[in-house]
Amino acid sequence: MKTSDDRLIATGLAKLRQSAPAGLADAVMERVGLAGDEYVNVDGPISPLFVAYGQRGISLVERADRSEAGDFEEAFRATFGRSVRRVERAPELVQRIIDARIWGRAGSQPKMRFELDQLPDFERQVLLKVLEIPRGEVRPYAWVAAELGRPLAVRAVGNAVARNPIPFVIPCHRVVRSDGRIGNYGAGGPTAKRAVLASEGVDVNTLETLPNRGVRFIGSDTTHIFCYPSCRNARRVTDAHRVPLRSSYEARGAGYRACKVCRPVDPPFRAVVA
Amino acid sequence: MQPEPRPACLPCVWMQMTPDPLCDRLATDVDEAFPELVVANQDLVFGVALRVVRDEHAAEDVAQEAFVRAYRALKRYPNQQVRELRLRPWLARIALNAARNELRGRRSHVDIDEAAATLAEPGDSPLRLAERSDERRTWARLLAGLPDRYRLAVALRYIDDLSYPELAETLGRPLGTVKSDVHRGTALLRAAYDAEQRALGGAQEAAS
Repeated sequence: MKTSDDRLIATGLAKLRQSAPAGLADAVMERVGLAGDEYVNVDGPISPLFVAYGQRGISLVERADRSEAGDFEEAFRATFGRSVRRVERAPELVQRIIDARIWGRAGSQPKMRFELDQLPDFERQVLLKVLEIPRGEVRPYAWVAAELGRPLAVRAVGNAVARNPIPFVIPCHRVVRSDGRIGNYGAGGPTAKRAVLASEGVDVNTLETLPNRGVRFIGSDTTHIFCYPSCRNARRVTDAHRVPLRSSYEARGAGYRACKVCRPVDPPFRAVVA
Repeated sequence: MQPEPRPACLPCVWMQMTPDPLCDRLATDVDEAFPELVVANQDLVFGVALRVVRDEHAAEDVAQEAFVRAYRALKRYPNQQVRELRLRPWLARIALNAARNELRGRRSHVDIDEAAATLAEPGDSPLRLAERSDERRTWARLLAGLPDRYRLAVALRYIDDLSYPELAETLGRPLGTVKSDVHRGTALLRAAYDAEQRALGGAQEAAS
């Protein structure tokens, strides 16, 4: 009796079986980022670049003049645990991101996506903040730390920036030392960093000489606003009205307020001393 | 008289002792083996989701979500743990939880088993299709009439083809409990089926 129950029910209910919809597996692969990573060789500001991207966005960039394609593929595998294959031309969206970020070409600003999941939270936040620094301008490590609400984490910001897996596109070259020196650079040292900044129109020599005179900020005596020297608002102040300032204390004492665009801050250790 | 020692349940022993080669590959390289895991188990995961949410579109979303969760877990688990996974019940359980989460989010109760029951299989003639959809509808309706606890156990056993040990692991209940749930559910289903046949027979006689 019992077995005949089972048999009847089993064959009856088996009729309700239904295969998974056709697109399910593909959709899953796409969501977990296994839908195929590719990389291209494109021109960069100081050398050709390898740029890797996948479903989650741009994932890895390296200078193509300093590593072989095989090394790059190996580095990709080591970082993400997946393989990557070379293609001749980047998809349009990726090309537009490269154009906008590396070459500053205007156009419809594509929504940028980066694969940074492999990084610790703080490092990811640092890189997303660095992304906000406009082309042709620089900000100190201390600024990034202050913006993230951790003004003392200057060194940690330095480490995070140094490990940027997507240099040139995420502009870690625009992060400099608080004393105005250009600082080190993972993708080829200070010389390369200077060259990248110069290619963006940054007047590196002036930026580096200002701190020798103790100047950190530039104020305008007409607006009574002070900025980082490379801020676009500082650059348009005419010589007659440029006021060199040593610190935000001096600036505030003289009746200046901080620029709302570049949001200048003192480096933390200086602030403690002052 | 001494009672005989109860023999170990063979399927259980078998399940615990047979290493799954796919597990080994997942432990070595998740990304390499994961696509195969999805392809091999998508019907199961989708089926389990469908049993709970009873809507094809929602079930597809739930199945996706379940696989994404499985992927993240595989990335996180230590190698040894991945090697010892029993993939089918593990996935079925993830799907079940994802589906219950999904239901918690809404709470509208649409009976879609009816709709699902009318789905065509390729190659069916119109007449055959009509019969089949009729049969499917009947079974879907009978199943939907069971109390929740029995309905899920019976459906997972006979539609999604989970073995009793797999079912116990999926539902997180003892083997004996799921067996008795399935048997009671089956008996109820049989009774409902017989009652319906009798009623149908009676109606036909009355009509002639």
